[in-house]
Amino acid sequence: MTGTRGSLAGTAPAAAPGNASARGTVRIASGQGFWGDDLEAPVRQVEGGDIDYLMLDYLAEVTMSIMRKQRARDPRAGYARDFVSLMERIFPACVERGIGVVTNAGGVNPAGCAQAVAQAGRRAGTAGRARVGVVTGDDLMDRLDELLAAGHPLANMETGEPLRAIRDRVLSANVYLGAVPIVTALESGATVVVTGRSTDTALTYAPMVREFGWPRDAWDLLASGVVAGHINECGAQASGGNCSAEWWTIPGLARVGFPIVEAGADGTFVVTKHPGSGGVVNLRTVKEQILYEMGDPATYVTPDVTADFTTIRLEEEGGDRVRVHGIRGRPPTSFLKVSVAHAAGYKAVGTLVYAWPDAAAKARAAARILRERLDRLGLAFERVLVELVGWDSTHGHLAGDPPPDLPEVQLRVGVRGDDRRGVERFTREVAPLVLTGPPSVTGFAGGRPRVQEIVAYWPALIDRTVVEPHIGVDLVEV
Amino acid sequence: MAEVRLLELAHARSGDKGNTANVGLIVWDEEDYPLLLKEVTPERVKQHFKDLVQGPVERFALDNLHAVNFLLHGALDGGGTVSLMTDAQGKVFSTALLRMKIEVPDEVAKRVRGRGRCPVDGGGGRG
Repeated sequence: MTGTRGSLAGTAPAAAPGNASARGTVRIASGQGFWGDDLEAPVRQVEGGDIDYLMLDYLAEVTMSIMRKQRARDPRAGYARDFVSLMERIFPACVERGIGVVTNAGGVNPAGCAQAVAQAGRRAGTAGRARVGVVTGDDLMDRLDELLAAGHPLANMETGEPLRAIRDRVLSANVYLGAVPIVTALESGATVVVTGRSTDTALTYAPMVREFGWPRDAWDLLASGVVAGHINECGAQASGGNCSAEWWTIPGLARVGFPIVEAGADGTFVVTKHPGSGGVVNLRTVKEQILYEMGDPATYVTPDVTADFTTIRLEEEGGDRVRVHGIRGRPPTSFLKVSVAHAAGYKAVGTLVYAWPDAAAKARAAARILRERLDRLGLAFERVLVELVGWDSTHGHLAGDPPPDLPEVQLRVGVRGDDRRGVERFTREVAPLVLTGPPSVTGFAGGRPRVQEIVAYWPALIDRTVVEPHIGVDLVEV
Repeated sequence: MAEVRLLELAHARSGDKGNTANVGLIVWDEEDYPLLLKEVTPERVKQHFKDLVQGPVERFALDNLHAVNFLLHGALDGGGTVSLMTDAQGKVFSTALLRMKIEVPDEVAKRVRGRGRCPVDGGGGRG
């Protein structure tokens, strides 16, 4: 390993990413919108046409706690293994064509992920021709008590409750890092950059910063990068997937082209996809993705810049191209966001299917019987939820009363509580309804419901000055 | 005046942030944006959802996209991994909002009638 820790300068090697800006644009392809997304999508992005960078987002809010559990069982684990097998497939093409790869696949073990990726590169015949950059410093788990003692409350952003209240239940704590360490890694000659918890958007705009040499206070340019990142970060959701606008007209979703951002040095960019791929890129698909998981659109906070999404200008150019420009940004806040995962009790969900006639009435009667039995057993839960899937599980009272001729309905009962034994006992009370409740019931072959440990998410803020000195970049030669 | 569903005036996407669901509404025709702002107020939306949204409803306008963003606080039974709801991540809250009925001028109703429904399966037919 070559340590560049503490240094934000690096030597740019002759090889690989870094030459796209000579052409005036850089093409950053989205290859993965979450851990579990279309495994073939990144391969299609690499093989389907010219790209300069491939970005892959693997981390949802609670993914880190899952990875931490995996690492507790195996110290070499704790990252998205899918990424390693993917790299083994695409490493030769990336090296030959100078495609940079930027991902948060590192999870709670970015160094372990980088070692595995380097090995995959050697197996793929790219030894000596690639370099993996590793971003560290996002993991606060070992520093939590020190930080709390130093007066950082890590209070819940939604409730205001201080972290101390749940300190003994904390499973993971990671800061969202921005583009700076990724840019450092790229400038140090990394052709693949692996991070732990970083913002999804940084995976897209760090390459722009690297290629165009944008200064750290170029707020409008950085804000453009953030918007590009927001459009890229959910994969095909920007190119026709999960699109509510006349979904039946969207062609070829079986081979949907994931979005590609084609950015210029002035921050203007075009959202597009490879020619001949499925899906569509138009005003509707891009607008829907811009609004996805949006809070206050004028204040989109990131570690590098606060972007104003109300300044975005869109123009449809036709041919699956939407031009995006006009974006304004302002300086970031003095805080970084921390994602804490903590144990929060147990839950279980049981289901049964009731058939015509009077399917909904039978299901509701069964739910009443079940609740009475739970009461008789003296079981108290923090929450019991009864839904009829096929009638009201997504629209609640807006669905109105079910018609008497509803052909079938699935009864879905969930319970949640701190007492594991209570939730456990609930899982044994569902199947008995088959012989002891209303008739024409089926669909219980899956067996007893599973008790799930709840890992809850605790968003907090932390003074960035206590995090930034700990951010490091290491390099691993393939 | 005539009654249309919001589905006929706009398309939408929703997602989550903790225990809050967001719904972005985008008008099909830019000319209908003022109508959206006038009719689809936070108060009306709160009234539409009733107890499906436990907390307040906030609205943010994006004039540049002819769209509005709603934050529905306390809509997800604790959200993400805590929630017992089928739609724990608020993925389809958008469609629940598109059910809303609003009053529009007759000429608007005439222009938008039937929008947002698949011509094959829409309206309950089997094509």
